Parts: sequence; C-alpha cells; structure tokens
Amino acid sequence: MTEHVATNETILVVGGGISGMTAALEAAETGKNVVLVEKNPALGGRTSQLYRYFPKLCHPTCGLEINLRRLKGNPRVRVLTLAEVSGIEGSTGNYTVSVKVKPRYVNENCTACGECERAVETMVDDPFNYNLGQHKAAFLPNAMAYPQRFVLDPSIIGTPEADKAKAACKYGAIDLDMKEETIEVKAGAVIWATGWQPYDAAKIQPYGYGRFKNVITSVEFERLADIHGPTGGKILRPSDGKEAKNVAFIQCAGSRDENHLRHCSRICCMASLKQTHYVREKFPEGGKSTIYYIDIRAIDRFEDFYQKVQADPTVTFIKSKVAKITEDESGNPVCWGVDTEGYKRYTTAHDLVVLAVGMEPSVKGINIPGHIASDSSGFIEADPANGAVFGAGCATNALDVNRAVQSATAAALRAIQVVNKVAKAEA
Amino acid sequence: MSANTAVADKYRNNFLKEIEEQVEMGDWVKMCMQCGVCSGSCPTNFQSAWEHPPQELFMMIRAGKREEVLTSTSMWNCTSCYNCIVRCPRKIPITHIMHGIAEYAHRIGKAPKMQATRFFSVLFWKNCTNTGRVNELKLSLGLYFKDGFVQGVKNGLAMQSVAIGLIKAGRLNPLELFGGHKCKDQKGIQAMLAKAYEIERVRKAAKMAG
Repeated sequence: MTEHVATNETILVVGGGISGMTAALEAAETGKNVVLVEKNPALGGRTSQLYRYFPKLCHPTCGLEINLRRLKGNPRVRVLTLAEVSGIEGSTGNYTVSVKVKPRYVNENCTACGECERAVETMVDDPFNYNLGQHKAAFLPNAMAYPQRFVLDPSIIGTPEADKAKAACKYGAIDLDMKEETIEVKAGAVIWATGWQPYDAAKIQPYGYGRFKNVITSVEFERLADIHGPTGGKILRPSDGKEAKNVAFIQCAGSRDENHLRHCSRICCMASLKQTHYVREKFPEGGKSTIYYIDIRAIDRFEDFYQKVQADPTVTFIKSKVAKITEDESGNPVCWGVDTEGYKRYTTAHDLVVLAVGMEPSVKGINIPGHIASDSSGFIEADPANGAVFGAGCATNALDVNRAVQSATAAALRAIQVVNKVAKAEA
Repeated sequence: MSANTAVADKYRNNFLKEIEEQVEMGDWVKMCMQCGVCSGSCPTNFQSAWEHPPQELFMMIRAGKREEVLTSTSMWNCTSCYNCIVRCPRKIPITHIMHGIAEYAHRIGKAPKMQATRFFSVLFWKNCTNTGRVNELKLSLGLYFKDGFVQGVKNGLAMQSVAIGLIKAGRLNPLELFGGHKCKDQKGIQAMLAKAYEIERVRKAAKMAG
C-alpha cells in the first residue's frame, strides 16, 4: 500500500477533512497526481462528526458522499490514512516529504463484515464521539468511514484479544505484524489542510468544564444529537442521563478573548443557532434554548437564519457573556451574570450548558516542517516565504464548511500553477 | 489622521474625550465591547451594591452622561479585588479606571460628599498627613460621627466593649485624642506632601487646559 510513484509534478495534500478532500479532488480532476495524507484511520475530519450543517440543516453524510464518490472514481488520488508528515525538505517545485504511517493491522482484504469487532471484548475510548462513549478495540472508525476498513487499536496488539480478532477474520485481513514505517513522497507543491481543534474548554476556569458534568462543548453536543452518537441521538445530560430540555448556549467560549483565543471563530454563532433546532426537533414539547451572547455574528448571508431563530418562541436571547457557572444540588449548571440590556443581574439554572467553543488551528504550537508564516492566532498566512506550501481551510482561518471548500479550491489552483511550471520546465 | 480614525472620532463625544484625558487609563474606555463579564465577576455584584456596574458606566461615558457618571456612587464601591481585570476579554484595566473616575470626580468636586468610601478616604488622608502617623482613635471616632452627633454616640456605645478590650490589651490609648503621637519631622513631611501636591496640580491643570 505504500508504493507510490510520486514525482515533483505531484501535489501532496496534508489533512483529509473537507478542505483536504476538496483540494485533492479539485487538483486530481484537472489531471494532476495527488497524494492525500490523513492522520486518522478515515477521511472526513470534523465535518463527518457533525449532526447537521447550517444553513439548510442537511446531514454532512450527503456532502461527504459526493466527495467520496469523486474520490473512488478518480485513480489520480492516492490516500494514505493513519499517516502524518514528519518532515519537508526542498523548495518550490521540488519537495521531498517524509510521511510516518502507523499500522492499521488490517489490510485491503477487509470487507467490513464486523466479525473481528464481535470477537473482541476490550473497549477503548471513541475519539470520533469526543470520548463521550467507548467502542470495541477492533472498530470501524465511523459508519461512513473511507476507506471502509476496520482498525485494531494498538493497545490490544500482543494480547489474546488480537489473536481472537485474527481468528475471527474469514478473509485473512488481519495482519498483526504490520509495523510503523516512514516513507518519502516527492511533490512539487504541498497543501496544508490540517484543519482545527476545539479550544480546550477546561482553560476557561469560571465555566467549570471538566468539573461540572453537565457543562459540555458544542462539538460534543453535535455527537449527542447524532443517531450514531453515544446516546443514539437523544439529548441526555451526562451526569444522570436525564433529558436535557432546557439548554443554555454560551457564545464566545474562548473566542474574542485576549486570555484565550484572540480571534472571532466565526462559526460558533451559527452553530448555536443551528443547535437550537436540535433542541426543538428532539423535544417538540417543552424544549427550550437560551443563547447568551455578546453580539450575534451570523456571518454573511445567514442573517435570515438568525431572524428565523429569533422568531422562535422557544429560543431566548440574553445579551451577556456569562461570568461564571456553578452547580446546584440537583446537578443543574447555574449561569451567573449581568444582562447588559437593562443591566439586570441573573442567576439561572439550566439542564445542560453548551459552550460554543472557539476554533484553534491544528497547526498552532506544532512545528510544521519547513518555514511557514502564521498570524498571531497561529493560522497559516499566505506569504511568499512559504514557497509552494499553501494553507487551505481552517488551517488558514476560522471558516465554515462552505468557506473552507472555497479556500481549498483556491489552494488547489495555486498548487496546480506550481506543478504546471515544473511540467513546462521539464518538457 | 486616517479616514478610519476620522470616522471613529465622530463617535467620541466631549465627555469621552474628557475621561480619556483626565482619568487614569481613561483611554481604555472606548475598548469595552459590553460583554458584561466585569459586572458578573464583581464580588459586590450580587449584593446590589453597584447602581451602575462597570460596563454600564463605560456605556454612560460613551453616551455623554457626564452628571450621572461623575456624581455616581458606583465606582466608589470597588473593592480592588482585580477579578474584572483578570476576566476581561479585552484586558481592560477596569479596577484602575474605576479608581481613576472616582479620583477625577473628587478632584473637580462632583463626588458625592457623604459616600462612605470617599468620606473615609478624605478622613484617612487628613488624619495621617497631619502628624505623619495614623491616629486610629480619631479615625474611628471621625467615622462614627459621619452621620451626625446622635448616630455617633450610638455607634460609640455599640462598640464600647471592643474599645474597653483594646484599652485593656494596650492596643488603644485614650490620650491619643489629645494630639497623639507624631513622626520625627512633622514639618518636613507636610512640606514634602505640599510639594508633591503642587507638582500634581500643575500637571493636571495643564492637562485640563489641553
């Protein structure tokens, strides 16, 4: 699986989320050879972990399915999963990239029949569900996973559990001797599309994330609403499994804050407005949402979405950044603050508090091999000094899916221009 | 002046400019984004001590409400816990601005005379600069009689047992009422303070004159 004929006319795309997939496909569909490197065992990134998209509230499975079809039908894209870039050498038009590929312990023979999963008993945390639940140590990363192949968790290798999985497989797909390897890939241009991570909410000390079970993040709330999530699509609060009908959304949890993230994460307002729909959908009777905000930034043409939510009698807007959260004796999180419209103090209990956490670039703090210019928040900036390493999607800015795709297409075009020059010089 | 600052300048009324020029760190007022975290984080907040919490004061300044702001008792209630500065998402030095507004209101004679914090501050300053030493007996008596003679006697009687205890323990000397202890160079310290006060007065007058 690791033999690739990559030349300096190849484009390497780092990150297989919506931006990376888009950049890879756009480039491949113009006839370029692409290597797509993804660190997780399946493509799709954070988009695949959403329950629904805004503004049309369709499921991301739909958008991903289109991209996966394009991918399956295109021989020019080579996908490497469980792979991370460990070094970049060279310059524009002539890069050599080292890629570390972790063992999956399952080869191409896998039919995703699920026998190994049934044979294995060990449970491990499920990062696809933000560790809200667990799955078997032999698992399919998610229902739509591409490649549609199982993975063995490294923790069971060398134990009888791994042997059980191997014995259960009728297709000889389990290979316990796989080892981590580092391969070298030639590329003319590199697209860096490593996306984002939710800001660590535990750092916002007064909100008690990590101390109070019923204070969760917006990305975790997506998993609660999803039928493939840990609760089977029911909005149940973590402390006691009670239905969370009275949900508070706290905006700018980490964003627009000099003590946390300096930038506006741009998607959180729309995400919370969208999530009020989940509350109404799951609890047609008695569902209630409260949005605490500084100002609602329904970016661009989404103002009508905001107005529709405003007209919803089950949604209350309170213009205030919550100052602190405490917990009452029944485990309800209690929001404290001052409503800046009228300057009234409030102390309000809810069933569940959802922190609309900010977007932190995944590249922040990590050392991208080679020189990359980034802004004060750690997002990659377009800079001639970057050579032919181009940022795409949320690695470059806080973007929603729509804008991430636009950004990825732009990056693909830049990369195509570089490899076209290389091709001309060689012709 | 860039086009941007020219447009922004239209929104800076005279009172906001006055605060920016006269109040310590007053130029931060325009940075407030009205999120309300300062007020929510204030330890006095949920005792309704503040008539106008900090972000409301900032908005009132930006709305040009000069009389309401300067005669308000609100900023005098600040306990200097610094919670608001720590929590402010824009790192606005709110505590310092509260003290700055209070000081300015006092300087130009707008501060409410009988507001307890202001009353005590004036009393304390006079008390300690007079002899160079704090006279605790005179200070507490001064505070007891703040609201009139009858109330002062009542306060004194209420604190009687504490006072007797302090005298017995040698922590309170009744003779302090007559003059009291002093520092070595009483004249020198007064001259030094007078000089410092003069320097500050000249500096602030120059600022006021623009």
